[in-house]
Amino acid sequence: DIDDVGHKYHLELVLEDVLDKDSTVNCTAEVLYHLGNKNIAPDVQFTIEGELKNTDEADNMFYNRIKSLEKELVAENIPDSHGNVSPEMEPIHLLAWVASGYVIWQNSTENTKFQLAQIKHVKQVKRSDEYLEFDYMILLHEMVSQEIIPWQMTVLWHPQHGVQVTQDSRQPKHASE
Amino acid sequence: HQVLRIKTRNEEEVKKLQLLESLEHLALDFWINPSTPDLPVDVRIPANSVQAVKAFLESYGIEYSILIEDLQVVLDKEKEDMAYSQRDRSSDSFNYGTYHTLDSIYAELDHLASEYGHIVSKLQIGVSYEKRPLYVLKFSTGGSNRPAIWIDAGIHSREWVTHATAIWIARKIASDYGTSPSITSLLNKMDIFLLTVSNPDGYVFTHTTNRMWRKTRSKNQGSPCVGVDPNRNWDAGFGGPGASSNPCSDSYRGPSANSEVEVKSVVNFIKNHGNIQAFLTLHSYSQLLMYPYGYKCTEPADYAELDALGRAAASSIQSLYGTTFTVGSICTTIYQASGGSIDWSYDYGIKYSFAFELRDTGRYGFLLPASQIIPTAEETWLGLKKIMEHVRDNPY
Repeated sequence: DIDDVGHKYHLELVLEDVLDKDSTVNCTAEVLYHLGNKNIAPDVQFTIEGELKNTDEADNMFYNRIKSLEKELVAENIPDSHGNVSPEMEPIHLLAWVASGYVIWQNSTENTKFQLAQIKHVKQVKRSDEYLEFDYMILLHEMVSQEIIPWQMTVLWHPQHGVQVTQDSRQPKHASE
Repeated sequence: HQVLRIKTRNEEEVKKLQLLESLEHLALDFWINPSTPDLPVDVRIPANSVQAVKAFLESYGIEYSILIEDLQVVLDKEKEDMAYSQRDRSSDSFNYGTYHTLDSIYAELDHLASEYGHIVSKLQIGVSYEKRPLYVLKFSTGGSNRPAIWIDAGIHSREWVTHATAIWIARKIASDYGTSPSITSLLNKMDIFLLTVSNPDGYVFTHTTNRMWRKTRSKNQGSPCVGVDPNRNWDAGFGGPGASSNPCSDSYRGPSANSEVEVKSVVNFIKNHGNIQAFLTLHSYSQLLMYPYGYKCTEPADYAELDALGRAAASSIQSLYGTTFTVGSICTTIYQASGGSIDWSYDYGIKYSFAFELRDTGRYGFLLPASQIIPTAEETWLGLKKIMEHVRDNPY
């Protein structure tokens, strides 16, 4: 507890590569949840002990594949109802996961626990510059309230410049569903 | 014939494969065509062309691996398997490794009751809001109102792996009687009741309309929103913190405890039976094994025993595929939640009350790939068995 400021947590964690369970790296972090104003994202400081795997080759292959598509990529329900993700869509899925991490961070409090539940819809937006742009409609699952929250996010990505969420907004749930 | 998987590293290698594709005399059958370097290329090669193709790949340093050494062997085995399963009509071809519709699950309940009629019978304990039957499988070797274990799944309809696990467990219990000393001795003393689909209306809705639906499908007076969270509707701390009073919420507790017929039917069954010793319920996801309480954060009287048993069960689960489950009370492990089923069963007097949250921890969440159904069922079974054995050996 930090009087008049908020609650600070010191964490020691192990990061595990989702695509390679044997690849792990230690991490320490400090998270500060601000008192009162629930509209400020928690402060996060972290140190990674060691190096993350180099993914340049896979990144470039995905980048080139999308760049060379004749028509803009469009897809829905990733994974599908049975948990399937086609190999072509796997990078799209992973990109959404990373981008949703930013959205989750910005909207987290000590009383929330968000997970990406599904990509409802994704549409590539053609750009004249070197970036790839995707307009996602995702579903976030909030564990404490058990709500499924639709969220729109616009994601920019480039193999050397990384991920950016340029726009995101919570969407209304349909009362009829 | 062999099937090779070819990994291309760049556009040049893709072009080489496209060249190969054009050589008709080789009679190559591409299962995945060469198009882009970041996808594998799978190709079936007739016996006479195998050497030539491999030489071609090796000369350009193109990496490949053998997916299928001899396709004929695979085909012969498949033919054999199909003939075998066709032979015995009473053992149907229900695929336990995939997700099923309600009708398909209900049909399999009948198959099990018929195939293992000497120990399995199907009971109807009520009907859902939309009038679908609520079916429970009873596993019994006789006696009259023996002490029994209750297991349920699918109370939250989007948690598909729980229904899939429950039906697998149904077959496991039935087929293990007479072959597993543990289950045989268990069923010689006790009965098991298994409710594979606690919320059939919700389950159908996840197939037809909204895969993420959680609640029942009952109409809420004065609200456009449908459904009640059936695991906030039990008479345990009802109305307290940890449930919503808003009908539009996914954790809406309902207008009153037991307002949902799906919940009331189970309560009536348990009360009328009068000799239930354990109440075990399956949920997903998070990989947790929990005991009461959820509606309050104080320890249950049997905390020590339940915690030890929970840890033993989690250990059994982990022994199979390394899947780790966190053990603790609902309140300290996830969140405060009022009106939950195991809080009710525990306060009613059923000491061994546990709630499982199965795979995974969020990567796929509710959309767990079907390939994980059987591993999930197998490991969950070990945990359930550990608990059931303890119940068998510790009557109270």
